[in-house]
Amino acid sequence: MICLGIEGTAHSIGAGIVKDYNGKCKVLSNLIKIYRPDEGGIHPREAANHHASNIADLIKESVKKSHLDFSDIDLISFSKGPGLGPCLRTAATAARALSLTVDKPIIGVNHCVAHLEIGRGTLDDCVDPVLLYTSGANTQVIAFAEGRYRVFGETLDIGIGNCLDKFGRDIGLDFPCGPKIEKLASEGKNYLELPYSIKGMDIAFSGILTAAEQYYKQNKRLEDICYSIQETTFAALTEVTERAMAHTEKDEVLLGGGVASNKRLQDMVRMMASDRGARFFVPSKDLCIDNGAMIAWLGILMYNSGIRMTIKNSFIDQRFRTDMVDVTWRD
Amino acid sequence: MTEKNIIYRGAEAEICIDTYRDFKVIQKRRISKSYRIKHIDDRLISSRTKEEAKLIAEARKCGVAVPIIYDVDLKQGIITMEFLDGVRIKDVLNDLKEKERNNLCEKIGESIARFHNNDIIHGDITTSNMILYDDKVHFIDFGLGEKNSEIEAKGVDLHVLMEAIESTHSKYSNCFNYVLKGYKKVLKDDANQVIKKIQDIVKRGRYR
Repeated sequence: MICLGIEGTAHSIGAGIVKDYNGKCKVLSNLIKIYRPDEGGIHPREAANHHASNIADLIKESVKKSHLDFSDIDLISFSKGPGLGPCLRTAATAARALSLTVDKPIIGVNHCVAHLEIGRGTLDDCVDPVLLYTSGANTQVIAFAEGRYRVFGETLDIGIGNCLDKFGRDIGLDFPCGPKIEKLASEGKNYLELPYSIKGMDIAFSGILTAAEQYYKQNKRLEDICYSIQETTFAALTEVTERAMAHTEKDEVLLGGGVASNKRLQDMVRMMASDRGARFFVPSKDLCIDNGAMIAWLGILMYNSGIRMTIKNSFIDQRFRTDMVDVTWRD
Repeated sequence: MTEKNIIYRGAEAEICIDTYRDFKVIQKRRISKSYRIKHIDDRLISSRTKEEAKLIAEARKCGVAVPIIYDVDLKQGIITMEFLDGVRIKDVLNDLKEKERNNLCEKIGESIARFHNNDIIHGDITTSNMILYDDKVHFIDFGLGEKNSEIEAKGVDLHVLMEAIESTHSKYSNCFNYVLKGYKKVLKDDANQVIKKIQDIVKRGRYR
């Protein structure tokens, strides 16, 4: 089965095509365009306009890049949520139009679950992981339990990516700020005390952000502030992930989301995994960030497990939580 | 001290069985984590060990069932305490009869109210951190706890349990209502304020 997936939850619009290959996911193409605001954060309407003007070309391009014809595609999937309303509606509209044009079924999928499934689908031996999903808006520790992907821990305020981006904006960096902060942090040496806030398996970042902004106002060395932010937030993320692994008694850990491409975060989670005799997985960068291939792959899993959707029911859900999805494709 | 038998490897500590004088005891040893820098590691290990020992002792004074503490080693991050030869609530809750389960949850709520009455915040109330022993629910692992009188802190404390029940005992998520029932009975302040706070915290979360 071949599926074309359309992702459009926030700043990225993506079209990806994947093929079911003996239960594993083969990515045939995966194209992404990222909306970059001139200043400030994402403006939902501006982002949606960006997506609307790019999606048609991305779809055509992804089919061409896969060396396929539109008639080869068996299923169209799209990101049903969670995300920004205008962006979700743009992606869903494109999916509906495509589904009607090529006369193939449509299916809407949960964006967060797609981040987990793409790891299981593309990485050998990644079977039953705890996912640390870190992106701009999302920070969740997710694992499969009792028929659903359950959120064992999550941010109580802002996503880790949001925390990094907000600090980055304060000090005049362009979006996305994560990679620039990572570079600055690599030259940091002195740790500056920051609050470390964990509540059970939940985590909070806003206090760290405020404290870091104070250091910036006090003219502390920028490299040291970035270093301290990374060391503190990533240690806390690694700790809650380990807590979830201990709690669920699972011995695989998977990273996902844009912040997962940070090398320091990868190193910390890898070390934690190896210390507890667990296996560590991280998908390639294009499959970590928001992308169409993961949406396509989850579409195939859901469709093959018997789930069907009509155009009439293909509405979006801005608040589509991870644990609302009935996971029919796993035992 | 004799040789140590590790009976459980948690996320931040090893739990070993040992003997202290003539008692069979538990040693909770916080492990240094290679993934975090030494500064953060030292700070977390020593502050959590100290805070935990203090809170366990205080909780006992308010009539909450907790292990007896025999010794505390801040430098190495070791607490030596009573061995509770019981079962984790996590392992029994799903198998109980409905009435027993609801009664047990009410008792849990009463105990939480007892330490909240004294501004003790547990910090990680999950069913793995409660041991049924001697017909009493014992609370362990105060490692993320603190003293705090704010309604917010008490709300967050209960919210952790609510999430734990939803994720680990999803079939019986109404259990939490019985926890609240017991909590209301014993809390000195207006429990509805704390319950309202829990709803606020839920709404504050992503996509609620």
